[in-house]
Amino acid sequence: MATSNLVEVQNVTFGYDQREVLKNINLVVPRGKVVAIMGLSGCGKTTLLRLIGGALFPNQGEIRVADRVVNKLGHDALFELRRKMGMLFQFGALFTDMSSFDNVAFQMREHTNLPASIIRDLALMKLQAVGLRGAADLMPSELSGGMARRVALARSIALDPMLMMYDEPFTGLDPISLGVIGQLIRRLNDSLGATSIVVTHDVAEALELVDYVYYMSAGKVEFQGTPDQVRAAGLSSLRQFVYGEPDGPVPFHYPAPDYRQDLFAQ
Amino acid sequence: MTGRLAELVRALGARIVDNWIWRLGFACRFLWFTLKESGPSFRRFHLTIREIYFTGVLSLIIILVSGLFVGMVLGLQGYDTLVRYGSSEALGVLVSLSLVRELGPVVAGLLFASRAGSAITAEIGLMKATEQLSAMEMMAVDPIARVVAPRFWAGVISMPLLAALFSAMGVFGGYLVGVRLIGVDEGSFWSQMQAAVDFREDVLNGVIKSLVFGIAVTWIAVYEGYDAPPTAEGVSGATTRTVVTSSLAILALDFVLTALMFRGH
Repeated sequence: MATSNLVEVQNVTFGYDQREVLKNINLVVPRGKVVAIMGLSGCGKTTLLRLIGGALFPNQGEIRVADRVVNKLGHDALFELRRKMGMLFQFGALFTDMSSFDNVAFQMREHTNLPASIIRDLALMKLQAVGLRGAADLMPSELSGGMARRVALARSIALDPMLMMYDEPFTGLDPISLGVIGQLIRRLNDSLGATSIVVTHDVAEALELVDYVYYMSAGKVEFQGTPDQVRAAGLSSLRQFVYGEPDGPVPFHYPAPDYRQDLFAQ
Repeated sequence: MTGRLAELVRALGARIVDNWIWRLGFACRFLWFTLKESGPSFRRFHLTIREIYFTGVLSLIIILVSGLFVGMVLGLQGYDTLVRYGSSEALGVLVSLSLVRELGPVVAGLLFASRAGSAITAEIGLMKATEQLSAMEMMAVDPIARVVAPRFWAGVISMPLLAALFSAMGVFGGYLVGVRLIGVDEGSFWSQMQAAVDFREDVLNGVIKSLVFGIAVTWIAVYEGYDAPPTAEGVSGATTRTVVTSSLAILALDFVLTALMFRGH
């Protein structure tokens, strides 16, 4: 029987060479919800997303997506599962030699035998959903950062995925584009009946948008709760993160020898 | 002293193993995967045709112009030498054999490595750096099948054709200089060429050479691009390595192939 959680990460530890990035992570993403994974740059958020997508394999632990253990799937089974996943990369990762339309139609052409006329209609519908049907013929180099992100979003929902993963979707966007992307994430999740994981450090936007938050620090889940619980949390590192305080448990200064000694050493 | 020498030998060995043996092993595995995933390159041949345009058709200008000049130089130098022995009518034979057996495949291969090989590496390297390959994998599309294999086969198909065009253009250059400019007898130029150039021993061996060079250059180019560190410096280093390694590979393979084809009569 299918569980109510689409994604389950159980006791996952992961490291590059000797450096441990994730330490015994446990989290679940219920079906139909939008869940944020937040934390400082370099805390392992994107790594966790890549582990869920099967692009990396954990040293220990288990990752389940739709009741299948991702880290034990073979190449073909993993690719089969990925057809039901969509991922929005930090800077869109659009194919630069294809127009917006061809980017959106890419997966349909690769994975289906639909006639060209149907693919055209479907791709235009996806572009319409992100408000860029009029930009179908533009090349990625002709799009602004926000537009490129929206085309990439249209591309990632091309096959109506059950799980959407967003890697820093708000990075480098102007306030209007940021609001548009935020709204689209919520709207598309609800209208597609999908489940979404948003990796971000954009606190204000994420807390407005998501149902549940996991806050990570130094490779561990330090706090979890609803957006209201996050705002009210007493955890000092989380408070510093949420309110953007320059100094606190996360120090402003990178560890260095004594300042006075350094200046007057010679 | 012995300790330092041992240290030096050990460091040298580690360097050779890490930089060459390991990479060669990875490159061989990469070639195997490329061949294994080549189905779509032929089932959806338009993917390969598109790459043939970029690697082959767009290399035509440099190949044809270089071929013409190499042929014209051969015409001048060849005449200068042959006339001393009173056999200037053999100019056609000299020009055509030099081109078909040696200069055509080798020079076209070197130009192909600089023009198309570097472009393939830079393109795949930048696709990697901008996460386009990762995006493709996340869309359950294998980048080796979709990006690497069509480029590989496009290079393998283009290279012998480019070498043939280089040689043809070179012969024409030799004709322009030898017959039209210097005044060598036109009938002797063509008829001696026709009589002396053997299809199997000269033309076919030249085609084999250019095919081998095409495989080597494109294999190096796609591997270096795919293996490039995803940074500006990484892509630039990979592009340089493609040109240098391909050029050395062409020259070394040329010697090996020439030795294998050598009959000594």
